[in-house]
Amino acid sequence: MNRIRSAPPRYWLVLVAVLFFVGLPTVVTSFQSSEWTQVLIFAIVIMGLNILVGYNGQISLGHGALMAVGAYTSAILIHRYHVDYLVTIPIAGLLTGLVGFLLGIPALRLSALYLALATFALAVVTPSLIKRPAQFTGGVQGILITPPDPPQFAKDVFGGVTGGPAMTSDQWLYYVSLVIALLLFWFAWNLVRNRPGRAMRAIRDREVAAAASGINIAGYKTLAFGISAFYAGVGGALYGLTSGFVSPDTFPLSLSFQLLVGTVIGGLASIAGPLVGGIFTFWLPILSNQFVASQPWIPTQVAAAFKNAGPAVTYGALLILIMIFAPNGVVGLVTAGYARLQARLRGAGDRGSGQMPSDAQTV
Amino acid sequence: MQEFIQQVVSGIASGAIFASLALALVLIYNAMGLVNFAQGEMAMFATFIAFTLIGHGLNYFIAFPLTLVIAFAGGVLVQRVVIRPVERAPVLTLVIVTLGLATLVNGAAGFLFGYVPRSFPSPFSFRTVNILGAFASYQDLSVIAVSAVVLVAIYLLLQRTTIGLSMRAAAFHPEASRLLGVRVSWMLALGWGLASAVGAVSGIMVAPILLLEPNMMQTIIIYAFAAAVLGGIESPLGAVIGGLIVGITVNLAGAYLVGGDLELAVALAIIVGVLVIKPNGLLGRASVRNV
Repeated sequence: MNRIRSAPPRYWLVLVAVLFFVGLPTVVTSFQSSEWTQVLIFAIVIMGLNILVGYNGQISLGHGALMAVGAYTSAILIHRYHVDYLVTIPIAGLLTGLVGFLLGIPALRLSALYLALATFALAVVTPSLIKRPAQFTGGVQGILITPPDPPQFAKDVFGGVTGGPAMTSDQWLYYVSLVIALLLFWFAWNLVRNRPGRAMRAIRDREVAAAASGINIAGYKTLAFGISAFYAGVGGALYGLTSGFVSPDTFPLSLSFQLLVGTVIGGLASIAGPLVGGIFTFWLPILSNQFVASQPWIPTQVAAAFKNAGPAVTYGALLILIMIFAPNGVVGLVTAGYARLQARLRGAGDRGSGQMPSDAQTV
Repeated sequence: MQEFIQQVVSGIASGAIFASLALALVLIYNAMGLVNFAQGEMAMFATFIAFTLIGHGLNYFIAFPLTLVIAFAGGVLVQRVVIRPVERAPVLTLVIVTLGLATLVNGAAGFLFGYVPRSFPSPFSFRTVNILGAFASYQDLSVIAVSAVVLVAIYLLLQRTTIGLSMRAAAFHPEASRLLGVRVSWMLALGWGLASAVGAVSGIMVAPILLLEPNMMQTIIIYAFAAAVLGGIESPLGAVIGGLIVGITVNLAGAYLVGGDLELAVALAIIVGVLVIKPNGLLGRASVRNV
């Protein structure tokens, strides 16, 4: 009991978040569940990107391309080889992870700038590369995936809770994504708090010093790339399953941008950041379009122009503003605000750590 | 054989365009050790400005230099407003900021000018002349000529004028230059302005060949990256040589090896290949890292 009472507030936040996500499909429509599935998928991929960019300091602008690898692996396995869709998700993750690991090897020789360049080029080229083995990837048309039926036990439980219509495949995929997201967030949390995470951060902060301390630079850097790609592959497979089809145009350059924006907005090197980033990147374009369309004082011509260009403008402006004013993203802002509030409430030095407040005048 | 020469000639023409944009990248890299991911989008925006000026009845040969002046001012403005606050931040931050800038400029162009592709007027005819057995259009020849003029002008500015010397000094050793009275921050702004103007040249040159729309430069910038990396990202001359090699290689590979739709993949292969085998490029010097 005492342990529960003394748990830090972030554990309560986690509990609230998990309860929110578990309960969500029972109160919203099936279509809205599928929207939130996309949020979860974004969160998964952004978590992977955050391990690479936030914790290891390597940049990738090509995670949309890695998602494509995962999505196509899953789609081809389901479509051509009739593998069970649930089995294809880990296979897609592992294969993409392997691709990422292999990408990480040339990346070792590149500075952050060159890595950004190479992965940017990869993201641009991928759609045209996918079109090539057309009999395999379906060419420009892509591959259709039939949405999976929820299993009986899930239907029973879901029907028992809501008492409404039977569970749809969108709602089932939501729960599949949720379970995977929870597992992968839990894994990431453990990863960054333990030896590999410390090593990755040491490499990010000062590579030479890390090497001098006996950290295997090449090993951890390629590992970070591999793990990051694994997340992208799993996310890509889920993305294909929920949207019901994959095509080269599903994975444009802007998708890679969106993922990077989500990572930065949520907060680099934070576990909660990717979830915030996922919610943000998915809902920002939709909500801003709805907002502009609903404002009567905005001329329809302007609103129509905004529909296409608005997300890019807001993404770009936000990216710049956040980098200038809040480099630690939304989560960084919240934690800084919370720490300041605590210091205010206590008034004096922090009892927990015995440290003086940074602002000496408040004493 | 004739077709081969033909492909080489048109490769040189597109290479000249890549070279201008690559030169813009090199100018900013030299000023502050950063690859500007927004360079292509800035050039696209300048091209839209030229398009609007010409659309308002301005003569092409007045609109062209006027656009360069506007692009120069725009580049200085971007450096002052967007880049200066993060000037000393880590590379990762700078890269993300220029990506944000690219997205912002792209969206702004879409918002202001729309996504419908437009044909851009060119004063040079697409009629061809026979030079040593190969046919080159006046359009191609003018592209090559304009790019050559720009490159020589930039070379003279950097190597033969006081302001060029100040710019190079500010990039080479900011503290020492400041002590000697060079206004380092303004030199950076000047570098951005120059790069923006040089990039605008590539945009205006390529617009009659492609169609003008907000995503026009998205492929060109990849070729420019390849050119800059191949030539050695800190060498202006390297950017030119790299641009020509990339232009010819891509054209030949597109015609004989892989087909037009995979020309971009050739650029990717060049980028990755150079970075892995010879990261300093053809003319770049080996760099020393501070511990």
